[in-house]
Amino acid sequence: MVSDKPFLLKRLFAVSFLLILLLIVTMLLGISIGSTGNELKTIFQLLSGGRALDPMREAIIWEIRFPRVILAALVGATLSLGGLVFQVLLRNPLAEPYILGISGGSAVGAIIGILMGLSRFPGVGFTAFAGSVATLLLIVLMSSGQSILKKDSLLLSGVMINAFCSAIIMFLVSMTQDARLHNIIFWLMGDLSMSDIRQVVILAATLLPCFLLLFLLSHSMNLLLMGKEMAQTMGVNIKYVTMILLVVTSFMVSATVSHCGLLGFVGLVIPHMLRLALGPDNRVLVPSCVLGGGAYMILCDLLARVLPEHGEIPVGVITAMIGAPLFIFLLKRSRQ
Amino acid sequence: MNMTVDINKISHYYGDSPVLKNLSFSVSKGDFFIIIGPNGSGKTTLMNAVSGILNPQEGRVEIFGRSIQSYNRKDLAKTIAFVPQMFPADFPFSVTEMVLMGRSPHLGMLGIEKEEDIKLAKQAMNFTEVKHLAHRKLNQLSGGERQRVFIARAICQEPQVILLDEPTASLDLAHQVKIMDLMDRLKREKGITIIMVSHDLNLAAMYGDRLLLLNRGEAVSLGLPQEVLTLHRLEATYGCRLLVDESPLGKFPRITLVPQKHVGAGRTEKKSTSNVQHRTLNIE
Repeated sequence: MVSDKPFLLKRLFAVSFLLILLLIVTMLLGISIGSTGNELKTIFQLLSGGRALDPMREAIIWEIRFPRVILAALVGATLSLGGLVFQVLLRNPLAEPYILGISGGSAVGAIIGILMGLSRFPGVGFTAFAGSVATLLLIVLMSSGQSILKKDSLLLSGVMINAFCSAIIMFLVSMTQDARLHNIIFWLMGDLSMSDIRQVVILAATLLPCFLLLFLLSHSMNLLLMGKEMAQTMGVNIKYVTMILLVVTSFMVSATVSHCGLLGFVGLVIPHMLRLALGPDNRVLVPSCVLGGGAYMILCDLLARVLPEHGEIPVGVITAMIGAPLFIFLLKRSRQ
Repeated sequence: MNMTVDINKISHYYGDSPVLKNLSFSVSKGDFFIIIGPNGSGKTTLMNAVSGILNPQEGRVEIFGRSIQSYNRKDLAKTIAFVPQMFPADFPFSVTEMVLMGRSPHLGMLGIEKEEDIKLAKQAMNFTEVKHLAHRKLNQLSGGERQRVFIARAICQEPQVILLDEPTASLDLAHQVKIMDLMDRLKREKGITIIMVSHDLNLAAMYGDRLLLLNRGEAVSLGLPQEVLTLHRLEATYGCRLLVDESPLGKFPRITLVPQKHVGAGRTEKKSTSNVQHRTLNIE
């Protein structure tokens, strides 16, 4: 009976292999489809070592679409993984990466940056990051000591910080009347259009070690789900692990928020969907969230670019438009 | 010295109010040790102190002659396993996954199971008779089945001591006996020391080698079931009317609750009641 249960590693490799394939396919689609036309052929020419005929088309691929697709993958991966970690930490399958107020803090930072007339990167990125780090410190201080392990007090602190931040955001928005208002609204909706390769490389170098660290803690996350008493008596240093999970996750979510604003629902829906499909073992879910979340975000971004006749929709609109109904469907199913 | 767990003058306070007051006792190897007492008497706090979850403000807890503080977490987990009362069921692990988690202290950071770990999990599931449930999800099981899965997980941890916090609470009679028989077999066949918190005085009387009666954080009595479970002591500790007589099954006490309506009507049955009390005194 039990022996036919696949070993963890086999299962991990099988799932990762499928999701890597999915990610590669979406990346190829994301790079090849766009407002200037379908470039699938050009991509294969480039990949097979030949040179593209048109340097203009090559430039579009390498300098515009490629960094954008990578950025989308990184952001999708981070938000999905962040959602997963918070769902474990708060022992609540409905938690999402912005739940502790990181989003509110960085939005306040970003809006202040925009109002100060700073450039999108690194200026606004920096103020947004500062805002979210400030929130993170506040949360850690508020729930310092033993109470960091009490999920309800953590959750309540987060909800209060978010509520306070949205009041500040409303205030700032109501005081702004010029073109900067458009910038603010776009930032709040989340968009991936401001991507250059340098920015993407810095982000990747920040995020990939975080992914690895969280994977190493994935088994401790499994044990944490058993309740803190049981986790502790199975050899987990719960205070230490909780702190690392909280700080690392908030840090990487802050990094993405400061690059592309608030992208709702990805972090809620993807881990939930993957858990329904693959079971609750976090050793499988951590890599799956990275790969699957990346693929989902690339697809959403593709829709955001391709759907409108002119210009593009902020990708946050797409992720929420697909994510919210999908989530209601999943919630209904899981209640049955 | 043959002491598995040695509790030496521990006290613990929540704020100013003491939950454990200068408590000392020891549990010898292979004992079935049951902690009883009214709600709020400090049973769970004591359990947390023995499992290392809580560090009491005063006194020492020693496991095999070594202070519990000197163990690293994984070594402690290889010595003591804990079966808690409550379990969050939002994340549906399968029975096999759950039992395999017991191997964690023996494995690396990612807890990657090897062939022998799966074999041990199978043996544990056989022992607690949950092997037929191996692929079911935890949240699809009944309370009794789930409790047996947790015990299999604890066995899989290969500890020398297993702590259980009210494992028979809210189970039906058949499951209660099954769980208690299981613990008794673990003690006799594997020599594992069992320390259990229980609300059921009759089960404690039937299975316990030694009992500890707690009240308001203090040890009221410690010893064999017939020494601890006496009428006056229990009535004073629990604050309700009881009957204590000898179980028809053998030399251990049987505790019966006396409902309010029988206290007044007791006069007509006074004769039998007083007989019972006399027999109780004989046991003492």
